[in-house]
Amino acid sequence: MLRSITARIAQALGLILAVMCLNFLLIHLTPGDPATVIVGESGAGDPELLEEIRAQYGLDRPFVVQLVTYVGRVATGDLGDSYFFNQSVTSLISARLWPTVLLVGTALTFAVAAGTMVGVATARRPESPLSHGATVLALVGFSMPVFWTGIMLVILFASTWKLLPVQGWHDVSYGEGVLANVLDVGEHLVLPALTLGLIYLAQYSRLSRASMLEVLESDYVRTARAKGLGERRVVYKHALRNAVIPVVTVIGLQFGALLSGALLVETVFNWPGLGRLAFDSILRRDTSVLLGVLMVSSVMVIVANLLTDLLYTIIDPRIRLRERSNV
Amino acid sequence: MSDAAGLGDVAAADMGVTPGLGAGGGPGAARPGRETFRLFVRNKAAVVGVLMLAGVVFMTVAGPSLYDQDPKDIVARPLIGPGELTEARLGTDYLGRDVLAGVINGGATSLTVAAMAAAMVLVIGIGIGAVAGYYGGWADGALMRFTEFFQVLPALLFAMVVVALFEPSMWTISFAIGVVAWPGIARITRAEFLRLKNLEFVRAARAVGATDWRIIRKVVFPNALPPLIVSATLIMGTAILFEAGLAFLGLGDPNTTSWGLMIGLNRGNFLTAWWSVTFPGLAIFFTVLSFSLIGDGLQDAYNPKLRGR
Repeated sequence: MLRSITARIAQALGLILAVMCLNFLLIHLTPGDPATVIVGESGAGDPELLEEIRAQYGLDRPFVVQLVTYVGRVATGDLGDSYFFNQSVTSLISARLWPTVLLVGTALTFAVAAGTMVGVATARRPESPLSHGATVLALVGFSMPVFWTGIMLVILFASTWKLLPVQGWHDVSYGEGVLANVLDVGEHLVLPALTLGLIYLAQYSRLSRASMLEVLESDYVRTARAKGLGERRVVYKHALRNAVIPVVTVIGLQFGALLSGALLVETVFNWPGLGRLAFDSILRRDTSVLLGVLMVSSVMVIVANLLTDLLYTIIDPRIRLRERSNV
Repeated sequence: MSDAAGLGDVAAADMGVTPGLGAGGGPGAARPGRETFRLFVRNKAAVVGVLMLAGVVFMTVAGPSLYDQDPKDIVARPLIGPGELTEARLGTDYLGRDVLAGVINGGATSLTVAAMAAAMVLVIGIGIGAVAGYYGGWADGALMRFTEFFQVLPALLFAMVVVALFEPSMWTISFAIGVVAWPGIARITRAEFLRLKNLEFVRAARAVGATDWRIIRKVVFPNALPPLIVSATLIMGTAILFEAGLAFLGLGDPNTTSWGLMIGLNRGNFLTAWWSVTFPGLAIFFTVLSFSLIGDGLQDAYNPKLRGR
């Protein structure tokens, strides 16, 4: 058990190393001088700066040496500097990390909780109108572009009905104090989190419905019923635990997609997270920031996958980590 | 179907599609294609999907000649609502361009890019999946690590970086989508090949001396097709969402009209001019929905036992 966890962590570290190499390759595959790519357009006009970058990254040395230098720098948390902000990429990103984590975390919690509930309810009555409605909603949710869903929700909730703020994550009009702050951010969080969560709600409800239907047909559920347990107890205590396993797997697999969605949602709502930062960096041609966001997001996905795998063994002790990684 | 934000959900195909679909389709099954077709056309949702897609394709192909209005022309004052003008039935955008003309002409880019990206996804995914599944051993290990790596990259962000670093054109955009969306297909192909490679008819082919290449192509691959066809349909939907997302962020080909770009450009005015973002969005929605419905229909038709799951 411990060995398999160690192996899994080693695998995650390997993936992180691979992402670093990819970043390095991207810098080199881009047409033009790598030094220019690193400093971005705003810094490229300064020959002294370019010279300094070449020396710093060892760009005049052999390719392999450059790779090792680059990986070494990134591994110690040095993602370079943004010449637009005249600030280190690491500090820029760490300031933007929490809004993204908050957004993604809220959306995911909402989607998993509500999705599982809908899935279970519809699995208990597969032919009910609610069940058919959920199937249709899942299809609709999947087919809407997330940025458009966000805009439509803003038009409805913020413009037509004036219930919620349109964008941003803070209002100046709010009072001082922790509570007022939490309420303020919370109010701004509702629409972006709902937008991002709806797609996954659709998906998780469909997934948990399918897996619940399967579990409800299994022998041990029949046994539980036969020995006279109440339906509620059978479903929520006995069946649910097995039915959520596929949902957990998918959370890990989908985390990258979730982050991608967050990127678009942040752009729509002016949410000051990593996605918004990436979008602005593209406009400013601030490549080092863009690559830094890619690096950090990939690490987040890798960590999320690792956590899901560990969570797995808690939910289902039968699953051995090693076996799973080979599936 | 079960893809998420649709944004390059690399795992999409993985989850929605059940491995072993159409298991009865191997040699000896009685006209499996005809039975599948019969089940497909009896599925109302799937037929609606086909009609919807036919509508979108018709609008894209024939629309520009039936409705002769350049989407880049300024036809009236900006931000006029739908129904108020005869020259712009769906209203005008922030520059005074005809929204209807944009919706009609915007599909060409989306559909072309999606088709090119899907083709690339299939070539990479099937190639890698087939080799990994058929040969197993170290090749399988190495290729699956490689696939895993692409699965952890946040797809849209990676595509953004690729498009931002190189010039945004139809080619780079298709390439960027293709390069991030293949792992799902690779995993399905691999699973099918693993399942099929030791079955009797494959062993028989090996026994009579067929080469690996021939077995992969002529014996195993045709039997692995059903789940791949389903995923290819779903990949089209994903690719369209992807293209729209990139265009929305301003990373589309700036010289063409596309639905995503229209929404992105009108983003600043959507509170006053809902029509300028709503109609292009509906076009994306119906196009993706048609592919989802067709994919679901195919899935049910190939494997009737799983209906409604």
